[in-house]
Amino acid sequence: MILVVIEHEGGALDRLSSEALTLGRSLAAAPGERLQAVVWGPGSAATAGPLVASGVAVVHEIADPRLTEFAPEALGKGLAQLIEREGPVAVIGTGSERGAEILAHAAARLGLPLAANVTEVRPGQPWQVTRQRWGGSLLEEARLDGPIRLLTVAPHAFEPAVAVAGSAAAVQAFAPDLTDGDFRVRITSLVPAEEGAISLADARVVVGGGRGVGSAEGFAQLDELATLLGGTVGVSRVVTSAGWRPHAQQVGQTGTRIAPDLYIACGISGAIQHMVGARSAKAILAINTDRDAPMVTHATYAVIGDLHTVLPAIIAAVRAAR
Amino acid sequence: MNVLVCIKRVPATAGKITLTADEQAIDTRYLGFTVSPHEECAVEEAVRIVEAHGGSSTVLTLGPDEAADQLREAMAVGIERAILLRTDGGEWGAVATASAIVDAIRAREAVDGPFDLILLGNEAADTGDYQVGVRVAVALDRPIVSGAKGLEVRDGTVIARREAPAGGWELYEIPRPAVVSVKEGINLPRYPSVPGRLRARKKEIETVALDPAAAAPARIRLRVPIEKESAVEILGEGPEAAPRVVELFRRLGLIA
Ligand SMILES: Cc1cc2nc3c(=O)[nH]c(=O)nc-3n(C[C@H](O)[C@H](O)[C@H](O)COP(=O)(O)OP(=O)(O)OC[C@H]3O[C@@H](n4cnc5c(N)ncnc54)[C@H](O)[C@@H]3O)c2cc1C
Ligand SMILES: Nc1ncnc2c1ncn2[C@@H]1O[C@H](COP(=O)(O)O)[C@@H](O)[C@H]1O
Repeated sequence: MILVVIEHEGGALDRLSSEALTLGRSLAAAPGERLQAVVWGPGSAATAGPLVASGVAVVHEIADPRLTEFAPEALGKGLAQLIEREGPVAVIGTGSERGAEILAHAAARLGLPLAANVTEVRPGQPWQVTRQRWGGSLLEEARLDGPIRLLTVAPHAFEPAVAVAGSAAAVQAFAPDLTDGDFRVRITSLVPAEEGAISLADARVVVGGGRGVGSAEGFAQLDELATLLGGTVGVSRVVTSAGWRPHAQQVGQTGTRIAPDLYIACGISGAIQHMVGARSAKAILAINTDRDAPMVTHATYAVIGDLHTVLPAIIAAVRAAR
Repeated sequence: MNVLVCIKRVPATAGKITLTADEQAIDTRYLGFTVSPHEECAVEEAVRIVEAHGGSSTVLTLGPDEAADQLREAMAVGIERAILLRTDGGEWGAVATASAIVDAIRAREAVDGPFDLILLGNEAADTGDYQVGVRVAVALDRPIVSGAKGLEVRDGTVIARREAPAGGWELYEIPRPAVVSVKEGINLPRYPSVPGRLRARKKEIETVALDPAAAAPARIRLRVPIEKESAVEILGEGPEAAPRVVELFRRLGLIA
């Protein structure tokens, strides 16, 4: 049996969970194998529809009245107990922060290895996986030993599962053996996101600035272009380390992953740790004095020149074009 | 507050990664070494907590002899003591790493009493295993918050703040002793001063030799992903390129 750990919002599966189901389904296609899923939290009952349509035969809900908010220790312990009871050959978590966290807790309790950010699975003796290192700029082929293989799926390594016909399955409650102490780590309060701010991860246009911008003041032109295009500003680590911009705007391995239609990268060299955060951009326009900078050679379009003269000209031309 | 912070020496890759001929490691002949930005922030956080609340700070790494350099970098910004769990340079798997770190923590705590707080990075820069912190916390039966971007020390607890999946922040208040893994952005690390560096150079590093047989790496081989060649279209040089950029914006539907 293959068990997929699902994340959902009030019953609606998130995209990464659908991607994990795609891998789960391909592994469950082996003779005699079955696909099962585990959910938790409010709205769990509503996941049965979409999960069955994704080929899931049985849906387990980790059910405990104290599980009203995210509580990673309790969930990890509950998941470990479910794994021990059901004995799956593999458990697949999503590549989200929470997915990685819950699987790590279960793995630690079960004393089993865990392969994070997997892009390919090859069942056999032993199982082998391909997984991401360095945020995806390096791949590792690795063994995944043990009677139960625990792994998380790298975001966007698989297409989301498409619906297949299936008969409705009920959600089966699984009551884990938990104490109040297992809930010592749980969300105690929430601070809502700022109203109206364009999130870097979701922005359609990102105007990026790096060391070439030269100063905090130098960002005025990038801010202006971003506003004109309805986008937002993203930066390199050099910029946040210098204190020119807050870390919330950093793009890359230890910052945010962006996926805009256009990434306008100004004065950024294109180090691999930066590029892994910009890999999902549909197009890149590099503005750089160095024609050979990796950002330029990886770009779709480029303007060679000093951003401090190129940007004002672009801003003026955009204004004139309106 | 006695604070322990765990860091990992990794090559400072910048351009294209080159592998050794046997595909077992990154060719580091022309590279410097560093630690993950998350861990740099964990070190800074440890120093700030001890500055604000008193106590002592310790940095620990599992790695080769040369990882002493990264321990000294941490001591140069204010960490007082250092522990090197020395390997022969081979890779250690996450389970083995966590277990060796737990043994070292237990040994140290038996002498000096418990660490009130153990800080780690959210994930190591190279392996990105996302699990050593959780494994350490579970083995020690201490609460852990992963991925913290804010940390506040209270009476007997810490409050950790992290990004919520849909934006905004989640707050967790957990009892001490506790484990927290942090992300870059929690603070802006200071640069080491010259006197700080000089002091760090003279400090002693407590070294424990590990048995290489315990390493248990899962790696078979490494592979650099194939990049799709992009034929870049140069729109022009300098400000004269502006009209072609506007044309591009229009084509992409960014302006009317
Ligand atoms: C583990 C690890 C994680 C990391 N995570 C991240 C991360 O998340 N995000 C990140 O960005 N970095 C990250 N880094 C750092 C990364 O390796 C690079 O150091 C950083 O991205 C370089 O920033 P930069 O391109 O702004 O600066 P530089 O590399 O110095 O490049 C500056 C560029 O600007 C150009 N330029 C200069 N002046 C002008 C001008 N007037 N007009 C036009 N162009 C000009 C230059 O030709 C050059 O290409 C990480 C590093 C490590 C080791
Ligand atoms: N070899 C090591 N020595 C010390 N700390 C480590 C080591 N490996 C991992 N860690 C710590 O555990 C965190 C998470 O690592 P990982 O689970 O490997 O992604 C890192 O950011 C470090 O703080």
